[in-house]
Amino acid sequence: MADAQDFSHFVRRPAEGVSAMDLVVNGVYCGTCIVTIEKGLGRQAGVRGARVNLANKRVTVEWDEGALEPPVILERLEALGYPAFPFTAEAADSAELQEEKRLLRCLGVAAFGAMNVMLLSVALWAGAEDDPNSATRDLFHWLSALVALPCAAYAGMPFFESAARSLRVGALNMDVPISLGVILGLAMSVLQTISHQHGTYFEGAVMLLTFLLAGRLLDQRMRRRTRDFAINLSAMRADRAMKLGEDGEARETPIAAVGVGDLVLARPGERIAVDGVVEDGRSEIDQSLVTGETAPVEAFPGALVYAGTLNLTGMLRVRVQHAGSGTFLDEVNGLLAGAVEQRSSYVMLADRAARLYVPVVHVAALATFVAWLAIGAGWQQALTIAITVLIITCPCALGLAVPAVQVVAAGALFRRGLILHSGEALERLSACDTVVFDKTGTLTQPRPGLANVADIAPADLALAGRLALASRHPLAKAIAEAAGPQEPLAAEEFPGEGVTATFEGETARLGSVAWCGAEETAAPVAARWPDASLIALSRAGRFVVFAVRQALRVDASAVVAELARSRDIEILSGDREAAVALAARELGDVRYEAELKPADKITRLQALMAAGRKPLMVGDGLNDAPALAAAYVSISPISAAHVAQAQADALFLGERLQPVADAVTISTKARRLMVQNLWISAVYNLIAVPLAVLGFVTPLIAAIAMSGSSVVVTLNALRARDARKAAR
Amino acid sequence: MNVLVYLVPVALALGFLGLAAFLWALKTGQFDDLDGAGWRAINDDDLPEDKRRGP
Repeated sequence: MADAQDFSHFVRRPAEGVSAMDLVVNGVYCGTCIVTIEKGLGRQAGVRGARVNLANKRVTVEWDEGALEPPVILERLEALGYPAFPFTAEAADSAELQEEKRLLRCLGVAAFGAMNVMLLSVALWAGAEDDPNSATRDLFHWLSALVALPCAAYAGMPFFESAARSLRVGALNMDVPISLGVILGLAMSVLQTISHQHGTYFEGAVMLLTFLLAGRLLDQRMRRRTRDFAINLSAMRADRAMKLGEDGEARETPIAAVGVGDLVLARPGERIAVDGVVEDGRSEIDQSLVTGETAPVEAFPGALVYAGTLNLTGMLRVRVQHAGSGTFLDEVNGLLAGAVEQRSSYVMLADRAARLYVPVVHVAALATFVAWLAIGAGWQQALTIAITVLIITCPCALGLAVPAVQVVAAGALFRRGLILHSGEALERLSACDTVVFDKTGTLTQPRPGLANVADIAPADLALAGRLALASRHPLAKAIAEAAGPQEPLAAEEFPGEGVTATFEGETARLGSVAWCGAEETAAPVAARWPDASLIALSRAGRFVVFAVRQALRVDASAVVAELARSRDIEILSGDREAAVALAARELGDVRYEAELKPADKITRLQALMAAGRKPLMVGDGLNDAPALAAAYVSISPISAAHVAQAQADALFLGERLQPVADAVTISTKARRLMVQNLWISAVYNLIAVPLAVLGFVTPLIAAIAMSGSSVVVTLNALRARDARKAAR
Repeated sequence: MNVLVYLVPVALALGFLGLAAFLWALKTGQFDDLDGAGWRAINDDDLPEDKRRGP
């Protein structure tokens, strides 16, 4: 990379005289990668150390301040075979990490308490519990209290805080009965101990906290993991712009460091990084990522260009209007705000279960208390039994039921190339009944390829490939790729027209049809591939015409067929009617609408939702972003525009469409397991609650029942791993 | 039952030891990269050249 680059934006100063930078690294999978990167960077003079984190694919590099320039590190990593991308960790990221560490600390304390109290309790259950005047029993009760009370006070904090927050706004969440059960259970146990009674619930209360914290930790880890990958992705998109400095020199600058009013250089063959107005230069722009339209548009001084569009032919100087996070059309922006609001009304499965569960538990405990008083039991006995009901109904299996499945299913999806943005996306994915695809970049491959390769003589293709290597034009790149490795010719490039070179004593040209004068040869090719861009080769008075188009992804037909078995399929595209019709026919006569504006896509989705359908939107363009946000649930390919990715519930990697089908099957299975788990918890309560209400439950039975149900629910969740097998 | 006088403190002390070890591990970032640690363990770089086993 010969261009000067500015990375000061990413460099941290963790200590005096030390600089550090966080990088996302592509392709680290095993121990060899760790060694190669850490040793390789360590050999660089000035580097103090490098540490690879394999779990989230990041490297932290520290060096002596001023000893080297940050680009050296990137070049070094590139040379080692690991392209790296700097990123700045956001404040929210570290807050999530703090919360996870806190839960882990609480879990450690609760597990310590549960083990030690259980040690004492098991000894008591072995005999001393029923001895009416045993000093040993009292001693053990006091010891249990000594361990359990401080442990519960510390480890219960996340629940107590959340319950207090919820009560303050006048609501009841799951943490209210948890906190009540734990606090009342402990208070009662202390009273029992003071009055030399048997039947304390120290072990039950602490064990409950342990299981619940495990569930809460899984939930939090799921949330952080999905966020981690979202941050990695935005770093990998390598958003940089060639910023023109005061001195007129162009420097490659991270997009975060480009401001409104700056002048940016857009080179042919590159994506434009900012929204802005063309100051000077002429070019053609491929706006397919923005509008879905595959035919290029003209760019001239005064014209607006948008981030994410591809500059095809000429050099442009662009005055920035928006940069970084603000890069999209105002129209898209307005539509988005409305669409996002609608979606947040979704209520997650676990919350719905809690809404049902919490009042029932409180009423059951209260009714038990009143009933026992009414039939003449002393208030102390009635209270003891009522508290037993509260403890036994404490939702520890319920707390694990959903997060355990989410974590397992998200892991299974990740291995198949799908990254979830949130855990609730899994639930919404499973419910979708209509799959709406965008065409350009989603059903089709993100980069164009040669369509009529079968009609072209190998010698012509080889020559075209050699000529194409001389050009930066994306269509030329597609031809070069189709031709395979070739030796480049010493060719001359005419921007906007094509390339020419002398080959075997004659002049050969590769470029636009008009420039080569190949209109006649081109006509039948254009008729056959209406959605293709045409490139002509002229050699020795002969013409060959290449049709370059974004072909359907290789498995598009298979995936659409697979999805069509259980869901309705539709295509909504901003591209021309002819191009969309062709794709729809290839996919097996799918229903389609073409030449849609972003607002039209939303209208169609809203019509679907008004009819009671739950559409899954799969799209990649800026023009899809509002539709992605408005749909019931949405997925984007990794090559999608920035804004589209931010709105999607999930992203899929790679050239294939298969992850979309996997997402639907695995989430359906996951949803079934979640419901199963909730039923397991319910059945457990159906058996345990009557026993508790009748006063038959002892601390031993409570301990066995609670841990038993939690283990069963966790084991059931593990079945989400082999969802694929089950789906067939 | 006099055995309890030292057995109970021993049991509690062992428990505390475990808790302290866990908190130490958490604080020093042992849980930050669960995937990488497994690979680092089988890395031979700390051995002299002649003791290494080929793949």
